[in-house]
Amino acid sequence: MYEIIEGFLEAFRLIITFDPDVIAIAARSIVISLTATIFATLIAVPLGAAINFGTFPGKKNLVNLIQTLYSLPTVIVGLLIFLLISRVGPFGFLRLLFTPTAMVIAQTVLILPIMTGLTISALSGVDPVIRDTLRSLGATRLQFLVNILKEARFAILAAVAVGFGRAISEVGAAILVGGNIAASSFASSTRVLTTAISLETSMGNISQSIALGIVLLIIALGVNLAITTVQHR
Amino acid sequence: MIELDNVSKNFGNARVLVGVTGRVERGEIFAVIGPSGAGKSTLLRLIDLLDSPTGGTIRIGGVDIHAEREKSLSIRRMMGMVFQKPAVFNTTVTENVAVGLRFRGVSKSKAHRLTEDALAMVGLADYGDRKARTLSGGEMQRVALARAMVIEPEILLMDEPTANLDPVSVEKIEEMALRINRDLGTTILFSTHDMYQGQRLAHRIGVLMKGAFAQVGTPREVFTLPASREVARFVGIENIVEGVVIEGSNGTTVDAGGVRVRAATLNGPGERVSLCIRSEDLRIAPADAAKPPAGRNALPGIVTAVVPRGPFSRVTVDCGFPLSSVLTWKRVDALDIREGSRVVVSFAPESVHVVRADNYTVLASQDD
Repeated sequence: MYEIIEGFLEAFRLIITFDPDVIAIAARSIVISLTATIFATLIAVPLGAAINFGTFPGKKNLVNLIQTLYSLPTVIVGLLIFLLISRVGPFGFLRLLFTPTAMVIAQTVLILPIMTGLTISALSGVDPVIRDTLRSLGATRLQFLVNILKEARFAILAAVAVGFGRAISEVGAAILVGGNIAASSFASSTRVLTTAISLETSMGNISQSIALGIVLLIIALGVNLAITTVQHR
Repeated sequence: MIELDNVSKNFGNARVLVGVTGRVERGEIFAVIGPSGAGKSTLLRLIDLLDSPTGGTIRIGGVDIHAEREKSLSIRRMMGMVFQKPAVFNTTVTENVAVGLRFRGVSKSKAHRLTEDALAMVGLADYGDRKARTLSGGEMQRVALARAMVIEPEILLMDEPTANLDPVSVEKIEEMALRINRDLGTTILFSTHDMYQGQRLAHRIGVLMKGAFAQVGTPREVFTLPASREVARFVGIENIVEGVVIEGSNGTTVDAGGVRVRAATLNGPGERVSLCIRSEDLRIAPADAAKPPAGRNALPGIVTAVVPRGPFSRVTVDCGFPLSSVLTWKRVDALDIREGSRVVVSFAPESVHVVRADNYTVLASQDD
């Protein structure tokens, strides 16, 4: 019990004093997950729009599949990307294994289904009268799409936040393809909040783990606050 | 301007429109009235190219609008539409009204000026910077009207634009519709289930029933000379009596369950007819009062109900069939009318509008 209290006190000290290790790990987490979220957004929003507005056979099944993949286990994604980019894999020649790039790829794949699915929900949630109104006002196909996206912007923003939250909080894929490496340079290290917590806890550095855990929660809270503020403006 | 030629529309197995034929002239206000589910919204959506007809053609200025896919944008841009459910974009009021102008590439400064004018016209001059979603339903609908008219469409379509709105907004929207039509010559086609709104605004009315026009005519024609029993019912004719023509010469005598009613129309003996008599054309007098002038129908009966309705009372008399009239309270008191009173109901043969019971054909008409 005493150890845990001690751990919390030490954790606060690490945070308040801006411990360089904690800051670096937190910053790397944000950079990697944010990059993955940006890539996933660039794919998920157009893809979600195409699926929502398109009519093609098997559309319903596709949406069901996407929704099933919401709960895609992170280690499965990690394993899949690992197999693809390991030395013997088809993309082994790119030498991506255990790099931040590999983590970005894995996290992008991981959050793509939920972001696409939530984009579809966001677009289909736009009032049909709004859609009719845009058409009756003489919108071209592009004007129509842009304005529907505008109407759904807050719901899409929420989808982006959910994606970022899932990316920054996952550990399975990050450790499989990242490897939790603490290299000398910031850019070549792959140690992020979740993998570091996992490692420090197993090594008995409770206070370090608690500090990183609190930082992770603060980031999640910050994202939520930012989204809520934008939505209520 | 708009020609409807045997337009039909099915949704799955449901036949919503079964052959609508009619014309809306340029510069006209045309009301489509009819009960809920008659297909009014569907008809307007077909005209605005939001749906495709199952059969028939719709022509605007002679062009079959559903045949020319590549022209559909320019055809749609001739029209503005206001929908039944008030819907605004999640942005400011000004931005909402300007959307159609933006689509057409109108410059920002010009759009701003036009938008301000349009908002002033619908009585929302100071609302420009407000968030549209925070407005009341009636205000939103006025924004929707401003948004549709700011693009100065040749045709304005309005689908039950005032259903469930506050009286101020209803008045404002009706006033606007009349003004747009008068000042800009905009052709207006609107639907309503409020027949009095149709009467207030429209030059002509089409009564849509069960997916087709049961009657098209001026408000006066539709309200005084309904083409069928159903139309008569819908336009609020309270007294509709079934009968058979027994004598055809010198006007018509109809046997309605043993009671004879004379009408100033010419029908052949044996025809089954419905007699439509507006309640305001009935006179009710006590049975012992002076006889009504010769030539009028005078049917003795017993008052079965006196029901208050605002400043009036609705008096129902059983003359072999029920006939209802509306009298002021004062008049009811003066005549000493109460349930069970013996009275005589009289009305001129000219007040009896005769429609053949088995179809929509108007047999004859006398306008009094």
